[in-house]
Amino acid sequence: MAEEKAPPPPTAAPAAGGEAKPKEAAPPKLGATDASGHPWVRSLSSGVPDAVVSAKEFARQVTVVVKREKVAEVARYLKEKEDFRYCVDVTAVDWKKREPRFDVVYHFYSFSKNDRIRVKCGAADGEEVPSIASVYLAADWSEREIWDMFGIRFAGHPDLRRILTWEGFNGHPLRKDFPLEGIDTGAAIYPEEWPEGAGPGPNDPNRKVVS
Amino acid sequence: MKVLTPTVLTYIKVVLLVALVPAIIGFVIVLAERRFMGFMQVRLGPNRVGPKGTLQGLADLVKLVTKEDLTPARAERAVFFLSPVLAVIPALTALALIPFGPSIRLSRDVSTPLYVTDINIGLLFLLAISSIGVYGIILGGWASNNKYSLLGGLRSAAQLVSYEVPMGLALVAVLLMTRSLSLVEIVERQERIHLWFVFPGLVAFFLYFVSGVAETNRNPFDLPEAESELVSGFNTEYSGVKFAFFFLGEYTAMIIISCVAVTVFFGGWLAPFPNVKALAFLKIIPPFAWFLIKAAGFLFAYIWFRSTFPRYRFDQLMALGWKWMIPAALVNIVIVAVAILATPGRTNGLVTLSWVFGVLFVAMFLLARLRQALTRRDRLAAEPAGSRSGLKG
Amino acid sequence: MTDENRAVEHPEVPTLFDVQEMELNFGPQHPSTHGVLRLVLKVDGEKILEAIPDIGYLHRGTEKLFETETYPMGIPHTDRLDYVAAATNNHAFCLTIEKLLGVEVPRRAQLIRVMLDELQRLSSHLVWLGTSGIDLGAVTPFWYAFREREQILDFFEEYCGARLTLNCMRIGGLPFDLTPGWVERVAEFVDDLPARIDDYEQLLTDNRIWKKRTVGIGVISGEECIERGLTGPLLRASGVEWDLRRAQPYECYDELDFAIPTRVNGDTYDRYIVRVQEMRQSARILRQCIERIEPGDIRGKVPRVIKPPAEEVYASVESPKGELGFYCVSNGTNRPYRMHCRPPSFINLQALPRLAKGHLLSDLVALIGTVDIVLGEVDR
Repeated sequence: MAEEKAPPPPTAAPAAGGEAKPKEAAPPKLGATDASGHPWVRSLSSGVPDAVVSAKEFARQVTVVVKREKVAEVARYLKEKEDFRYCVDVTAVDWKKREPRFDVVYHFYSFSKNDRIRVKCGAADGEEVPSIASVYLAADWSEREIWDMFGIRFAGHPDLRRILTWEGFNGHPLRKDFPLEGIDTGAAIYPEEWPEGAGPGPNDPNRKVVS
Repeated sequence: MKVLTPTVLTYIKVVLLVALVPAIIGFVIVLAERRFMGFMQVRLGPNRVGPKGTLQGLADLVKLVTKEDLTPARAERAVFFLSPVLAVIPALTALALIPFGPSIRLSRDVSTPLYVTDINIGLLFLLAISSIGVYGIILGGWASNNKYSLLGGLRSAAQLVSYEVPMGLALVAVLLMTRSLSLVEIVERQERIHLWFVFPGLVAFFLYFVSGVAETNRNPFDLPEAESELVSGFNTEYSGVKFAFFFLGEYTAMIIISCVAVTVFFGGWLAPFPNVKALAFLKIIPPFAWFLIKAAGFLFAYIWFRSTFPRYRFDQLMALGWKWMIPAALVNIVIVAVAILATPGRTNGLVTLSWVFGVLFVAMFLLARLRQALTRRDRLAAEPAGSRSGLKG
Repeated sequence: MTDENRAVEHPEVPTLFDVQEMELNFGPQHPSTHGVLRLVLKVDGEKILEAIPDIGYLHRGTEKLFETETYPMGIPHTDRLDYVAAATNNHAFCLTIEKLLGVEVPRRAQLIRVMLDELQRLSSHLVWLGTSGIDLGAVTPFWYAFREREQILDFFEEYCGARLTLNCMRIGGLPFDLTPGWVERVAEFVDDLPARIDDYEQLLTDNRIWKKRTVGIGVISGEECIERGLTGPLLRASGVEWDLRRAQPYECYDELDFAIPTRVNGDTYDRYIVRVQEMRQSARILRQCIERIEPGDIRGKVPRVIKPPAEEVYASVESPKGELGFYCVSNGTNRPYRMHCRPPSFINLQALPRLAKGHLLSDLVALIGTVDIVLGEVDR
């Protein structure tokens, strides 16, 4: 994205006197625009054929949606050809009712361009996403965290195990159907009854939501 | 029939030492350490318990004594029980040889020297006895059934054994000057030649004191018992009285090192400048007070080191001892020997050596300052602009 | 029986001369791990063969909590992420939502936000300095550093009522205006600061033992830092002069004059120097803000109920530990659909096994200190 120092365009509501807070929510001031013509997107489309699904731009941040199978190639292309050498973050979003269910979101930054790009790919429940840990070492733990929190497996990851919870934990906490209050893992209290840290499974009558 | 025979007097002195020294450690030295370290760290030390915190030692003692006596499961019970004892007894035994002062007159026909005994192999005995203290540490670490304690104990043992060599070699240099191992003889010789052995033995003194700091596991050589490393090392599992004993052993060893340094290098109980008429008023202070003042100075140096320096890593510590201090000690022995042989029967060689060492010391000090200033100048030049300048933008 | 006989009859039992790899557990309760960090170490004697971090002891489900609360309710949660530097967390969070909304922050609020950020950077680096010193045996700089930190915490307490978990920024600006005299007191503090930093440097920077413990420990090149996503002082000590305040300025950083301390060797000593220099530069920035402060609004035009458009945005700030960013996905309601925190400590901690390999156990303590992690951020 271009320099973020210039403030965004002024709001629709006039800055008149002391009227600080309008009664209803202000309408969205910036809309997302299609970015298929953006130079990076065009370069990506030509560099990794048949990968880009769509692209948009909002608040001067470019988001490119790519196909799940091509993610590793896209990452490698962006790193080597477009100089996006720094993998800022890998995360995921759970769109409960949508198909595919998850979005895996990557942020890359380029020192020479001084800007970031966001790459997204959709992943259904149970589908595997190619891991970019071989391309960017920084993605290692982030992908482990996504596996832990969402249950999305990464194919080719050197060491895909849970990171914030423990091995044997029953569930993926950041999924929308995981209760906020947590589940009874029975972990330390009854080690003889339940497997290491697992607690009662989803259909066990002993399982309760811990409030 | 005299009651105060020399034997009885010796027993009284032993009892006094064993009773007083731990008391002084607990009440004075520990408090002094905590208060002085506090002052150096911009805070007050303990000052609540008793006036200015003077009863803090008593509070600590009561706390330690009334603590639950824990022994870890699967620890070697007998060794676990005995190793604190093994750490303390050698240190207390060594106190018997320290000459606190010359003979004092108790009454018309009873006078007694201010030391329990003086044997003709005093220094050698002291070194030997302090070596036995290492057993307490090794066995303490091993008997705790704890990987960390074991590591700490082994490290500590290696450190102690390694640093005994430069310590002994440094004392050998002084031996050449005194021709006697008896501590009282050493003090008397310093009196006779009107020269404290620190001057011709400057290198020996530094080597001795630094080795002494390493021998007592004190900062900057306190890796084996550092809290942030192995959680207190070999004495992790010890609590209550056992811990108090380890603690006592360490501080008694500190006192021994300081007292030996005073005796061998700084003239023991002698007042400074005894021949200068203008300073005759110094004679008012009795000899044992001089001894205590000097020993207190060394203990203050211990405390000062602790609050100033980071600690050496273990391999750096060993490299320092083996690769730097032992060769330096050996070279020092040769130099002192040459100085003595060059002037047989007289002490001019030692005086010349004193001057040589003195000048070299001052020169090295100035060179080190110069080097520091240059490094600092380079470093400041490399800093980004506006780091230290006026805060005007 | 002799060793040889035993080796023949019981080959699984190691003899005296077999190299044994010992597995040590470092933490989660340990004086030097700066929080609940557990490291499983495989050591050969003193040498570390492998150091595997095991985190998650402080995982509180912050990101899930964000989804269930409205946008302004999320700000106190961000305090608890990097609890040593709470203001920058708040700042990053607010910046993200301001970007979603397209809200402009008034100038006075910008200046005060920068001042709070820099005070927080000072506070965080002072904690780092003190604890690093203690880990390596230098017990005195800790007290000096915390003496200054007490003053900074007093400033925060006067401003927003809290010392540590500040909650000192709101979407669009700040919650309160400054109390009278606050700026003067900060100015006094900033005037004294270079002399105080000189005090710390006198104890450590030219100290031979300190240098022996830190020079050459944990060397990492700039290329590798970028490869591993390391940011903050780790990156700058390895030769890459990159600071978000300069590269992608936010608030009024673009008009402030400050330098980016950079060193080339990438070892622990360089990281130490970089952070101390950053403290000095923070003092400089604070002075400039104090000179530029002007009366005005402290909060921009923000709707009463914050319902951003159904878009996504990422915004980041330069926290004392590195690049701290928030990725927010909104679905048009007044609660975020997904709010993800990109914590610098989490990414930086990944490099610890690489830094520690081949070093000794005592160096591990120095390395954990130099990476400067806060477990609240690592685990969220």
